[in-house]
Amino acid sequence: MSQTTTLGHDVHHDADHVPSQSVFGFWLYLMTDCIIFASLFAVFAVMSHQFAGGPTAKDMFEIPGVALETAALLLSSITYGFAMIGAHKGKKGMLLGWLVVTFLLGASFLVLELREFSHLISVGAGPDRSAFWSSFFTLVGTHGLHVTFGLLWMIVLGVQAIRSPELTERDLTRLTCLSLFWHFLDIVWIGVFTFVYLTSVI
Amino acid sequence: MDHGHTAHSGESHGSFGSYTAGFILSVLLTAAAFGIIMTGSLTGQSAVLAIAGLAFVQIIVHLVFFLHMNTSSAQRWNVMAFGFTVLTAVILIVGSLWIMHNVSMNMMSR
Repeated sequence: MSQTTTLGHDVHHDADHVPSQSVFGFWLYLMTDCIIFASLFAVFAVMSHQFAGGPTAKDMFEIPGVALETAALLLSSITYGFAMIGAHKGKKGMLLGWLVVTFLLGASFLVLELREFSHLISVGAGPDRSAFWSSFFTLVGTHGLHVTFGLLWMIVLGVQAIRSPELTERDLTRLTCLSLFWHFLDIVWIGVFTFVYLTSVI
Repeated sequence: MDHGHTAHSGESHGSFGSYTAGFILSVLLTAAAFGIIMTGSLTGQSAVLAIAGLAFVQIIVHLVFFLHMNTSSAQRWNVMAFGFTVLTAVILIVGSLWIMHNVSMNMMSR
C-alpha cells in the first residue's frame, strides 16, 4: 500500500518536472549515440588504407562538394538556433520560418550526400568494393540516416506548432531536444569532414 | 520563471549574439581546415595535426555556443555524462587503433 502511494507520488513528481527530466534523458541518449559514432570512427580509422587494390580515397573524394555539404549543415545549425530564439520568445511565425529554412538546408545536405553516394557507387567505389569503402559508407551513411530522421522530426514538430494555438512548455521541451540532436549531428560532421574526407586526401 | 526553469533543466538557451559569434567562429575554423588541405600549404603529419587541432577547437565552440554547455551546477550531470562519454570514445578509438596496429605488425600484413 505504502509502495503504491510512493509510486503514485513519484509519478506526480515526475510529471511536474517533465521538461528537465526529458532534456537530460535526451542528453544521455545523445551520449550513447556518441559511442556508436566513436565505434564507427574507430572502424574507419583501422580500415583507412584497406583499398583491396580498388579505388582509393584520394582518387575519389571531391573536397569542394564536401565543403558545400559542410556549409549547408553549418548554416542549418545557426538557423535552428534562430528558430529556438523565436520559440523562447513565443513567436510562432519566427519559429516556423526558421524551421523551414533549417529543413531546406538539411534536405539540400542530404541531396548532396546522396548524389555523392550514387556517383561513388556508379564508378565502382561502392560499399562492396573494399573494407575502406564499407566502413566509409557505414559511417557517413549512419550520419545521413540521423539527418533524415532529424528532418522527419522537424516536420512533426512544425505541424504540432502550426496546430497548437500557442507554444506550450511541452512544445519547447520537444524543440529543445531536437535542437540538441541537430547541433550534435553538426559536431559529428566536424569529425567526418576532418578525419574522413580531409585526412584521406592529404 | 521561464529562464529559471530552463536553467534547472540544464539547457540554457542562447541569444542572437551568442549564436552569431559561434557561427562566425565555426565558419573561420572550417574554412581554415579546408584551406590548409585545398591549397596544400601543409603536408603529411603536420597537416593532420593542424586539422585535428582545428576540429577539436570547433567541437568546443559548438558545445559552448550551440549546445550551451557550461560549468554551472545545473549542468553538472550533463557535463559529467559528457566527460564519461569522451573517455569511453577515446579508449574505443585509441585502443582499437593500438590493437589493430599490433595485429598487423605481428601478422606482417603491412
